[in-house]
Amino acid sequence: MSTAPVKKTNQLGFEILDYRGSKTTLCAGCGHNAITERLIEAAWTMGVEPWRVAKVSGIGCSSKTPAYFLGQSHGFNALHGRAPAVATGAMLANQTLRCVVVSGDGDTASIGMGQFIHMLRRNPPMTYIIENNGVYGLTKGQFSATADIGSTLKNGTPNHLAPIDCCQLALELGATFVARSFSGDKRQLSAILKACMGHNGLAVVDVISPCTTFNDHSGSTKSYSYMKDHEEPIHDIDFVPHYEDIAVEYEEGAAREVTLHDGSRLVLRKLERDYDPSDRLHALQALYAAASAREVLTGILYVEPARENLMESLKVSAEPLATLPEHLVRPGPEALEAVVEEFR
Amino acid sequence: MQATPTAPSPLDGFDSSAPRTPIVNDFSIQVATANGSGSQTSNNVLMRSIFQMGVPVSGKNLFPSNIAGLPTWFTIRASRHGYIGRKKEIDFLVAMNPESAREDVESLAPGAAVVFDEPLKLDQVRSDLHFYPVPFDKLVGPVCPEAKLRKLVRNMIYTGVMAHLLGIEIEEVRRALFKQFGERKRKAAEMNWGAVLAGQEFAAANLPKTDPYRVQRMEATHGRIIIDGNTASALGCVFAGVTVLTWYPITPSSSLAEALIHYLEKLRIDSETGRRTFAIVQAEDELAAIGMAIGAGWAGARAMTCTSGPGISLMSEFIGLGYYAEIPAVVIDVQRAGPSTGLPTRTMQCDTLPNAVLSHGDTMHPVYFPSSPEECFSMSHDAFDLAEGFQTPVFVNTDLDLGMNNWMSEPFAYPQTPIDRGKVLSPEDLERLGGFARYRDVDGDGVCYRTLPGTNHAAAGYFTRGTGHNDKAGYSEREDDFANNLDRLRRKFESIRAALPAPEIQPREGARIGMVYYGTSRYACEEARDQLSAENGVEIALFRAKAWPFDPVLHDFCASFERVYVVEQNRDAQLLSLMRMELSAESIAKLRKVNYYGGLPLDARTVSDAILAQEQEAAR
Repeated sequence: MSTAPVKKTNQLGFEILDYRGSKTTLCAGCGHNAITERLIEAAWTMGVEPWRVAKVSGIGCSSKTPAYFLGQSHGFNALHGRAPAVATGAMLANQTLRCVVVSGDGDTASIGMGQFIHMLRRNPPMTYIIENNGVYGLTKGQFSATADIGSTLKNGTPNHLAPIDCCQLALELGATFVARSFSGDKRQLSAILKACMGHNGLAVVDVISPCTTFNDHSGSTKSYSYMKDHEEPIHDIDFVPHYEDIAVEYEEGAAREVTLHDGSRLVLRKLERDYDPSDRLHALQALYAAASAREVLTGILYVEPARENLMESLKVSAEPLATLPEHLVRPGPEALEAVVEEFR
Repeated sequence: MQATPTAPSPLDGFDSSAPRTPIVNDFSIQVATANGSGSQTSNNVLMRSIFQMGVPVSGKNLFPSNIAGLPTWFTIRASRHGYIGRKKEIDFLVAMNPESAREDVESLAPGAAVVFDEPLKLDQVRSDLHFYPVPFDKLVGPVCPEAKLRKLVRNMIYTGVMAHLLGIEIEEVRRALFKQFGERKRKAAEMNWGAVLAGQEFAAANLPKTDPYRVQRMEATHGRIIIDGNTASALGCVFAGVTVLTWYPITPSSSLAEALIHYLEKLRIDSETGRRTFAIVQAEDELAAIGMAIGAGWAGARAMTCTSGPGISLMSEFIGLGYYAEIPAVVIDVQRAGPSTGLPTRTMQCDTLPNAVLSHGDTMHPVYFPSSPEECFSMSHDAFDLAEGFQTPVFVNTDLDLGMNNWMSEPFAYPQTPIDRGKVLSPEDLERLGGFARYRDVDGDGVCYRTLPGTNHAAAGYFTRGTGHNDKAGYSEREDDFANNLDRLRRKFESIRAALPAPEIQPREGARIGMVYYGTSRYACEEARDQLSAENGVEIALFRAKAWPFDPVLHDFCASFERVYVVEQNRDAQLLSLMRMELSAESIAKLRKVNYYGGLPLDARTVSDAILAQEQEAAR
């Protein structure tokens, strides 16, 4: 009698297949595909209920990716640069949703900049991933606003404009979770994405994600080879989900632990410098210093687990507004009579 | 600005003291003040006290786009016939603003009456008017010891003067005034009441009545309320069970959002837990405002935004997405005069055509045309059922005249039907059906079934997109998928047509011509019908459109008459353009334009003159 192989499931009994979506239509080797894989792993590991997830994106290569993960979830590929508004609206309607927004550097740093910065101010509970390749892929290779000065297009045209650093902006505007990673850094990106899912507010992750077709050449500062030489992790990240109670081994004094809202724990092992992820000013200084050294600082730059999120500050009923019964949303005839009386 | 001297009047020898036949309950008052001088309260008290005398009344605030200082006019019309449109001619002027006073006086027809601030010496400007000089500064001192407040309180004096001159019962003025100030501002009310009495007493002792205008008690306003359209719209939303409001401030829609916030906070916060059954976000711009409403509508909220013309332009892309991805949202457009920034504080019906087909590509959206506070209430309410029932953005096109002015209104009727959330599948439905195809026309009405994010079933999820899709919501570039979907959306629009309110048709014995109009043009059109009948023997049948797409009876109406005048407050005949999209060639040939686009509320005389001129042309 043969026994069927035991399927590996997460704590909800789901297989990793349940977190996959349709087949990617992006280019082979695209950094975005690697991010999709990490998202699938993170959601599976964290035991996120697929039906509870709302995936929202704008327009661009990155924004196509929500079709490639969590196929059982609702997804909304909305308008260029407008994912923050759509995702915020969805959370207003139903704050029990787990919202993941996927955006790109054109989508966030150019056309959607206004929505991005106002989303930062509001702190809606959601994960916001910027798949940052410094180039417009779908329109075949124009510079985006995150391209570095001196980097070149595939045809050699140099960029003269200063880049927008979305992590700096996020820190300036009060974001409660800011991270940067590299699509090729499996371990770090996985840990960061899991931490995002445990954060009770807006988690912004800027992921450098090389474009193999238009921006993986010697003049690019967002290519695989450039990133290998210039990535500078600020710490080694261990992540302990809330349902695991295994003590993580780490040397006293060499690591820092952050407990997230859902009870998950982040363990940030120091590398070379003394890095405090609860110090906004320090985070900004580190980013400025790295930029002038032409390094790409990666890791969790800042985390503030306790701040009130948008839904808390609006004092919205915990039940989803979307499905509140009529008697809770339509006041009775006597209420209308009383109002009308004011105008007699 | 230097005023030009007045030419000798044809009425030289006008004797203002000669006795006149009284003109009862049929006149207009214009109060000219400076913006920010606190005259609004005095004007509302004056209007309300006429209303309390049982006389049909309307009030229109013609104000500048400015916080303080520029000239403002408030017109009050009393009409025993119940005409509440703007009357072009001013019968009684209250001239308080030195900046505009001479020009205001010069524009009056001979025989009009003028209450004015004595130092302006307006009685030297013309000799063919009834003048009533009032020393406002002298009178305000004793009733208002605080010098700071005098600028505000002196305006209440003219309310007392007018009450005396027109014969408004002083007790009604008192009632109106104390209602206006409310219980919490009792002290301010007392001081203003003192000013009313000072004005009344001064007029009684010093101003012998020479003009013919009188108010006499009637019974024509019994049971009615006075309310502005924006408050009425906001209440319609509250009782429709709105759950998400995302908005960006813009005149003249801001007061709608503010009224909605006021009533939601009053009526929809759980008194025990303090939790709210609504969420409100003031967005960073109109793109975000409509984007959040679309996101919320997608996730199942009763979501809305309110805006005006410039906001509509910014919302255009999202409205197209809402149409194509089939997401409910209610957009209340309180129209103001455009194009561009235009006249932000003046009224117009200039978003009729834009909203009906807003956004690029083949798009069509239902648009309600409320004409009164009752319809602001009922149509704003109905718009939510329509939006969710047909999974599409819905417009409610009001305008500044309706939204920001006070109107007499019947009390609002409580909604008679339960809230209709449309075709939404539950986990149990999905279990029974074994799945669903998001854009499959199961019922043949063009309206498909949807699921909400967060529905606990493995088959609930689907991918919403503005890109081409097949009936399972999958990405598709196939020509048949794309064309079939556009055809289904057109079928859905036909289903929407049947769900919209029927027009108001007023047949007319002997009528050979018809008039089509909508929204606030109603009042001028109805009065013009009576004017043309009484003065010229021209009989006209009326058709008031309440929504787009039109009721099919429009075809019969147009077919029944030799000519059909389409009256609108815009330049480009926008409703007429929509009619051309639907009517037969024979009917289209009968359409005639009547367009006013000066930014003031439409008046009957403008309509009558325009129709008469074209009728005379046709008779040649």
